[in-house]
Amino acid sequence: MNEGIYLDNNATTQVAPEVVAEMLPFFTEQYGNPSSMHQFGDRVGRAIKQARQQVQALLGAEQDSEIIFTSCGTESDSTAILSALKAQPERKEIITTVVEHPAVLALCEQLEKEGHIVHHLKVDKKGRLDINEYYRLLSDKVAIVSVMWANNETGTLFPVEEMAEMARSAGVLFHTDAVQAVGKLPINLKETSIDMLSLSGHKLHAPKGIGVLYLRRGVRYRPLLRGGHQERGRRAGTENSASIVALGKACEMAMAAMEYEKSSVKALRDHLEKGILSRIPHCFVTGDPGNRLPNTCNMAFEYVEGESILLMLNKLGIAASSGSACTSGSLEPSHVMRAMGIPYTAAHGSVRFSLSRYNSREEIDRVIEALPPILARLRKLSPYWQGDGPVAESEGAFAPTYA
Amino acid sequence: MWDYSEKVKDHFFNPRNAGAVAEANAIGEVGSLSCGDALRLTLKVDPTTETILEAGFQTFGCGSAIASSSALTEIVKGLRLDDALKVSNQDIADFLDGLPPEKMHCSVMGREALQAAVANFRGQEWKDDHAEGALICKCFAVDAVLIEETIRANGLRTVEEVANYTKAGGGCSACHEGIEEILVRVMADRGESFDPNAVAGEIKKPRTLLTSLQRVKRIEGLLEEIRPNLRRDRGDVELVEVEGKNIYLKMIGACSGCQMAATTLGGIQQHLVEGLGEFIRVLPAEELSRRTAMGG
Ligand SMILES: Cc1ncc(COP(=O)(O)O)c(C=O)c1O
Repeated sequence: MNEGIYLDNNATTQVAPEVVAEMLPFFTEQYGNPSSMHQFGDRVGRAIKQARQQVQALLGAEQDSEIIFTSCGTESDSTAILSALKAQPERKEIITTVVEHPAVLALCEQLEKEGHIVHHLKVDKKGRLDINEYYRLLSDKVAIVSVMWANNETGTLFPVEEMAEMARSAGVLFHTDAVQAVGKLPINLKETSIDMLSLSGHKLHAPKGIGVLYLRRGVRYRPLLRGGHQERGRRAGTENSASIVALGKACEMAMAAMEYEKSSVKALRDHLEKGILSRIPHCFVTGDPGNRLPNTCNMAFEYVEGESILLMLNKLGIAASSGSACTSGSLEPSHVMRAMGIPYTAAHGSVRFSLSRYNSREEIDRVIEALPPILARLRKLSPYWQGDGPVAESEGAFAPTYA
Repeated sequence: MWDYSEKVKDHFFNPRNAGAVAEANAIGEVGSLSCGDALRLTLKVDPTTETILEAGFQTFGCGSAIASSSALTEIVKGLRLDDALKVSNQDIADFLDGLPPEKMHCSVMGREALQAAVANFRGQEWKDDHAEGALICKCFAVDAVLIEETIRANGLRTVEEVANYTKAGGGCSACHEGIEEILVRVMADRGESFDPNAVAGEIKKPRTLLTSLQRVKRIEGLLEEIRPNLRRDRGDVELVEVEGKNIYLKMIGACSGCQMAATTLGGIQQHLVEGLGEFIRVLPAEELSRRTAMGG
């Protein structure tokens, strides 16, 4: 590994070395098809069974048959929503939020074009939902509610357990995209009313291209992929055995590291945040600081653009993400920042630092040292900045002709 | 991660002419906070020769916005204002050894700031007239607004026609779904429905039918049609050269050096595209001499 400092774990994570070791034999001697009637297949079949139980344990699911392996978080999200619509064709409405991941938002946009009605719950300045608005929308016309557990950009948590309870009372199916939550927060599905849940391996130190859809026993379901009888006919296609075994191991490790995540990773994140806030003027934390993932810190730096910050950080070997328009190639800053009403001067300068249990205090200290000169340099270039502060409104503020 | 050229990285990490020029007498401020970039260009112009003596920039924007601003100041320093106005966004991109298609708008901003600064020097008011939409075609950097306007103006009906007029969709074809969606919407507005199996209209046929002489005659005829408009503003246009898809025109009288020259050329291009039924590009004649001077 090179000497970089990786603070982009909400984008993807390093595969844990123990996980790699566990999966390697499934590329070599353990190559059988788990469906086959011989020892080659049988050994792989057993390994998948064990992985299923490891996932079940992390999620606190009642049964291991509630775990369906898929190819990624996106597939799990699509499967859940489309299944609910197919199984209940008389229900045409969907409830979701304005800050979901594109895996849900883009699908809903397409479903809207096809004649479904999608209700997008709004968020306030801190990214919180209005539960009353949600309550009013629940009806027997709603096929499914899909609300993320934790936001990928800000780490803000939604009260999905409470919302699932409300959906159940109204007789509505409830799905949560828990891609960012699984492995970072304790989850105990059997104690909740959540009907479906999506997770993705590469966010918890397993490889990319493996996901899970949790499907509560008894929930009416229609598969996305039909074909062979794999996953009890609920997701056809020969199993990605190496990655399934890897995900099982990663879940076991996440379970063991849960305390560390809650205490030590969170402490590192708080240290980073305090360090930045005390050294850099005109920046603030976005989202709901009191109610978020322990590993995520999203800071908006006013009067500079996020991509420039990332390029400068990258030169020093520090990896982070931004909600700026320019990092995505779109012209709009992140939909999450806009939904929270973050002003444009700050939304474009939002930078997300997302940690993992592999980060050290020393790395965080280096980032805290590196940032102030970068911000100072970019602000010096900015037309909105003069000397030690923003150009004051009074003395001929910068007011360009807007395109 | 963007595929930035070494030149872009160099101008980002070591920007030239950063900061405001002292005693600037030409200032251009453009940009859009919603798009995430804004630029303040300050120039010191010699009032007698109209030569740009010094140029400085202040930019809020991404890596390529900062690099484009830096490149712009390097290009225009020492130029006379009239020559500086001829700097196109493509020139800025070329100076940087190219920009990713998603980032071409950063170079457009540089050109606009320059126009605004020159207008400011001359005591005129500069108005931005381009709206930008979401990028649809990544191969040729064509956005939704341009596609929609072209479909409306020309009554287009198929993806193929859109590609002929705007180039959008003419490359990898991954954006055809997006183009179809715009077609469906615009056609619905005019009471038609989109038919995926429709063949492109007459648009393509004349291209194969016209000999080059006929084509030049046709172009002359089309220019004749718009002359009255130009003459009314005491200007005129002259056909200089036809080189495949590139048609070089010389703006005469009030049209030359006019602030609106670029817009006028755009309008003429639109008219020629419609009349010829093929995609052509209208370029100022100066481009031709410049290209020849550069050996091709
Ligand atoms: C909240 C959320 N949902 C879904 C996904 C998509 O997961 P995958 O990349 O496995 O398809 C992501 C990952 O970026 C995510 O953060």
